[in-house]
Amino acid sequence: MAQATEVQQRYGKTQRTDRWWLEPVALGAGFLIFVIYSTVSGFNVGNWHYEAGPYLSPFFEPLINPSWTPEWFSPAIFILWAPLGFRATCYYYRRMYYRSFFMSPMACAVSEPAKYYTGESKFPFILMNSHRFFLYVALLFIPVLWYGAAKSFWMPGEGLGIGVGSIILVANAFLLMMFTIGCNSLRHIVGGGLNCFSCTNFTRTRRKMWDLVTVANERHKAWAWASLVSVGVSDLYIRLVANGAITDINTWTTF
Amino acid sequence: MPNAHLKVWRGDTGGAYVDYDVEYEEGMVVLDVVHRLQATQAGDLAVRWNCKAGKCGSCSAEINGKPVLQCMTRMETFIPGETITVAPLKTFPLIRDLVTDVSWNYRVAETMPELKLSAPDADGHRRMAQIDIDREQEFRKCIECYICQDVCHVIRDHPENMEKFAGPRFFVQLANVSMHPLDQNPAKATVSHGFGLDYCNITKCCTDVCPEGIHITDNAIIPLKERRVDEYYDPVKALVRKVFGGGDKK
Repeated sequence: MAQATEVQQRYGKTQRTDRWWLEPVALGAGFLIFVIYSTVSGFNVGNWHYEAGPYLSPFFEPLINPSWTPEWFSPAIFILWAPLGFRATCYYYRRMYYRSFFMSPMACAVSEPAKYYTGESKFPFILMNSHRFFLYVALLFIPVLWYGAAKSFWMPGEGLGIGVGSIILVANAFLLMMFTIGCNSLRHIVGGGLNCFSCTNFTRTRRKMWDLVTVANERHKAWAWASLVSVGVSDLYIRLVANGAITDINTWTTF
Repeated sequence: MPNAHLKVWRGDTGGAYVDYDVEYEEGMVVLDVVHRLQATQAGDLAVRWNCKAGKCGSCSAEINGKPVLQCMTRMETFIPGETITVAPLKTFPLIRDLVTDVSWNYRVAETMPELKLSAPDADGHRRMAQIDIDREQEFRKCIECYICQDVCHVIRDHPENMEKFAGPRFFVQLANVSMHPLDQNPAKATVSHGFGLDYCNITKCCTDVCPEGIHITDNAIIPLKERRVDEYYDPVKALVRKVFGGGDKK
């Protein structure tokens, strides 16, 4: 008996008749747009300001801008490696970019072009196992982003107020928090790694936490995209306000 | 009665697609139409089936390129007049027509670790709390149709990996053992070695095609990968193990 792949080669690349290419192309294009935008924006600090009144672009939160760095150096470099690593090793994004960029495979039951395949067992893809490390870092960023959102309601010299930027930053902090909470790795840490939920009160509590994380995890894809869009929109909005292209609607008089 | 235009693979690997027009009625599934084809035009057509209720896992095939159960694919899901291609599973050796040799899966099944149950209670019974076992009940729904194995590109496009990769159906079985509240296997026996877990790149096709709706990737494969991360790649756990020492099984 011959291996069925011979049959497959005989049949052609795929027999699917639906538009299986649409999702990988659309998601790949969306992701690529974000990567290009965030790279250009994150590194462009010369005449392209990232602070406007009480608002700070999330690409730069928390702002680390030591005096010893040269003028061209972007403080975003201190920040962006963390979300970049978290998203690059995220189980959802892996699904997306393995399909869209590596065509491994581009869609289910569609032949892939690679002649050899070792998956995540060898370099470089074995590095995907660093997702746990990036999760720990991402968890530290949640309070930092909420601090940035809270700070956006306080205009120095004027005090408490609210603007469109404040609302955008709150939404952004919430969406990034939900994306992080829905992480498969967090789901494992909080309770998934246990075999006995009933053993102690603490393990029962961890089971409840596992249930909660599971709710967020079931929509991980949606949180991933919503938070990606929100962080890009937050940066773009604050950049446009900071550089005078648009005016922020707010309750303050001096901004 | 409307006609279904079928394109069915006939013969072994030297065979070809043959076109048939078969009458069908409202409410029929593809397996019904294939049976009518067998009864009226192609008496020697080989097709494996049993329950016709989506529970035996026998009638797996690729319909319009998608791995599915023939008995769970309703005719009204096709556009009237559309050509319906019915092919055998392409990952496994073809025997004839729509029947493939799935015995590789049985050989992999023999390599799976068995449950090693802990000692019974004083009264001779073993007890499990529902809260501990309900997560695993999803895994018991598997009907072994091997559609997930068929669609998995690790072996579909690279049959050389069949020597080292167990496939999604067996990752479900490994998860079932690994998460069992009474299992005493050391973690390494079930999770880390010899089953090719790290060949999976999480593209979720197994989950997409599972007729039982088992969340194979999210509830079996990723948790197994995470248990492996516990052992080898978690910086905090490594530090804790270094300082306090660490056990094998939770």
